[in-house]
Amino acid sequence: MSARAIVVGSGLAGLFAALEAAEQGVPAALISVRPSERAQSVMAEGGINAALGEDDSTENHYNDTMAAGRFLADPNAVCKLTAAAPGIVRRLLDLGVLFNMRGHDEPELRYFGGQKIKRTVFAQSGSGKQIMSAVIQEARKYEARGLITRYDRHAFAGLAVGDNGCTGCSIRKAYSGEMTYLHGSVIIAAGGMHGLFGGTTGSLDNSGAVTAALFRTGVPLANGEFIQYHPTTAAMPGKRLLISEAARGEGGRLFVLRDGKPYYFMEDRYPELGNLSPRDVISREMWSLGEQVYLDLTGLPDEVFRARLSDTLDDCLTHLRIDPRQNPIPVAPGVHYFMGGIFVDENHRTAFPGLYAAGECCCQYHGANRLGGNSLLGAIFGGIAAAHSALADGPQAIGGEYLPPDTEQSAEDRIATQTIVRDALGIARDRAELENGIATLEGLPGSMPLLARAIMTGALERRESRGAHLRTDYLEQNDTGFRKTTVVSYDGGTISARFENIPERR
Amino acid sequence: MGFRCSLKIKRQEKPGAAPYWQTFSSEAGGEATVAAALREINDRTPLTDLDGGRAMPISWECACLQRKCGACAMRVNGAPRLACSAFLSEFPGGEIVLEPLGKFPVISDLTVDRSVIFERMKQARLWLEEKAYLSGRRHEVSYQSARCLMCGCCLEVCPNFGAAEDFGGALLSVNAYRTLEQSSGGGHKKEMSEAYRKLYFSGCGGSLACHQICPLELPVEELLLRSNAVAVWGR
Ligand SMILES: Cc1cc2nc3c(=O)[nH]c(=O)nc-3n(C[C@H](O)[C@H](O)[C@H](O)COP(=O)(O)OP(=O)(O)OC[C@H]3O[C@@H](n4cnc5c(N)ncnc54)[C@H](O)[C@@H]3O)c2cc1C
Ligand code: SF4
Ligand code: SF4
Ligand code: FES
Repeated sequence: MSARAIVVGSGLAGLFAALEAAEQGVPAALISVRPSERAQSVMAEGGINAALGEDDSTENHYNDTMAAGRFLADPNAVCKLTAAAPGIVRRLLDLGVLFNMRGHDEPELRYFGGQKIKRTVFAQSGSGKQIMSAVIQEARKYEARGLITRYDRHAFAGLAVGDNGCTGCSIRKAYSGEMTYLHGSVIIAAGGMHGLFGGTTGSLDNSGAVTAALFRTGVPLANGEFIQYHPTTAAMPGKRLLISEAARGEGGRLFVLRDGKPYYFMEDRYPELGNLSPRDVISREMWSLGEQVYLDLTGLPDEVFRARLSDTLDDCLTHLRIDPRQNPIPVAPGVHYFMGGIFVDENHRTAFPGLYAAGECCCQYHGANRLGGNSLLGAIFGGIAAAHSALADGPQAIGGEYLPPDTEQSAEDRIATQTIVRDALGIARDRAELENGIATLEGLPGSMPLLARAIMTGALERRESRGAHLRTDYLEQNDTGFRKTTVVSYDGGTISARFENIPERR
Repeated sequence: MGFRCSLKIKRQEKPGAAPYWQTFSSEAGGEATVAAALREINDRTPLTDLDGGRAMPISWECACLQRKCGACAMRVNGAPRLACSAFLSEFPGGEIVLEPLGKFPVISDLTVDRSVIFERMKQARLWLEEKAYLSGRRHEVSYQSARCLMCGCCLEVCPNFGAAEDFGGALLSVNAYRTLEQSSGGGHKKEMSEAYRKLYFSGCGGSLACHQICPLELPVEELLLRSNAVAVWGR
């Protein structure tokens, strides 16, 4: 039987993993709770980074990514990522993605946070949707050829584990509950752990349940305490609405009111990058100000709204009932992205042979803080890299044992878990809150509270402040103790955290 | 706040089961959407209906909550809408009736099986066999074509669309435009055009019902005309 790649999640990372396998003639099963059109990747607005400007280089992109991540990312992985970025953008153009263009075949670039150079390729402010439409179309070709088989409306149930690692997984059909048992290499691309918090900027489908089930099975996590609070999100019923960084890239300004007049605190305090400082810096500044912050887009020309921020304008008009051309938008930091997740090496192998992870569910590329525009890139590159590793390793022999699936959390337990997580893992943390969170979670059954405890354990052990992890009881960054990867594992009884050295750049 | 309404929901436990109606009260507030109200109801413990009777969680689909994923399409007071952009304040009468889309088989309550949409896209062979040909001239229309959410609202109002027939409906034509436009010609473009004539052009009665319903306000009419022009009249 030919090798089979089982891809769990059909967002950008999962699609590219399946495509990579299919292009090599290896059949891929593509599993997701809903069709790709509904994955969180379609929600991305601002764009994707690649060093394409005349004044730019892949080395610059590398340096900015490492610095924004406070030197916690794997340098060899980031090096490959940034080197591949220009080629990935060209491939997307070949697939028909409608990026804003300058001239005939050069994509236009915009400013994005944490980068002094224009490096973000974009499609108005619907970049994720435009990329996904083209990539879904490419996958359709391989579906018609029988090389990609979709299992939409299916959820991951459990791994199959044999003597030498992972041999496959089981999946469960929604509503009917029907189980399917698959054999092959398993690539997890199930998105970030948004369901731990609820009310994030992301998709409700990204519950974190797959990561939780894997953690319970013994698959270690890394850097889970690094959770990105995006500085410009606004309250709307049931979630936080992201106001894309593109709005500031195009000239939006942040202010608070002082004596009734706007005080542009970022421009005053961080003259170099100002409103485009890295997200952790702005969110921390907003947290310490403790006042209502506004995002002012009123000075932007109509043309910018029309051709470059169309979705952002639409979101504000529809969901906030604010016309950003007329009035500043009240904003506050909101949970947006998970830098940490399933522990993988630079080639996206997890600690279990035969099991790989890519996209927002894994810990790769972003260290302690992600640069805007780097996660679409990381999802694409990671998906390809994970499939590449899986194909190189080949599938494990048939014969593993299919582990029993988790039972679904009740609404009551989910809400209880989310409340504890929000309290303990805010922008600023301290020992008492984290210990209290861990203790309270111990009373709740299931894998999600276990996952929450794992992340809090990492946050508790990391006794320093770095990137998105702010400890009010350890305000300094401590390179000797903690310029390391947090690795948290579970042995069926206890959760333990250790700090691993970060590889040297080759 | 203080805005009260009731949601009357057509329920059906599973395929083949008898449908029934159940009403829930909501105090989600006028600025809330139908989606927010449904989530609030499902989060109640215990979950009770308007008369205080025990109810099972309401099955419906949603993911992005902000009109970007098309998951939450349903009939709201008779018209196909995305629940996440249907605001309670639009329905001042206070009773909002929710039903599943009627053109697709019901899986449970408001959840329907729209897999036929994706099957048709495959049958229409909508993909590229060579590098995309990017023409600056058609950029904006193609961009609109690629925005389609595959929600199915345009199929719901179409007199000619039925999940069992092999007519793809407006969304097929809306999507086909970008692909046809970016295809530089040759055998595959011919194949796509042929499939288009069979799966869209010959089935469309020109009733125009689909032109105004799109929740994204895509230029549906323009896209249909342009796709026809490329696939049927060779532009
Ligand atoms: C509003 C918003 C704007 C953003 N803008 C940008 C931007 O401009 N630039 C940028 O680089 N990044 C941006 N991001 C981040 C970026 O969109 C994501 O990090 C990226 O799309 C993640 O892709 P993914 O493939 O890992 O996962 P996703 O696209 O989230 O896909 C996850 C997949 O897993 C499936 N899944 C989930 N749970 C299960 C389960 N239990 N069983 C089976 N399948 C499951 C889902 O159905 C889905 O198919 C933005 C994020 C948000 C929320
Ligand atoms: S014009 Fe009428 S028949 Fe044709 S797709 Fe639209 S609704 Fe259906
Ligand atoms: S054309 Fe509009 S109504 Fe039809 S599926 Fe696409 S987004 Fe929905
Ligand atoms: S939930 Fe995504 S469009 Fe309504």
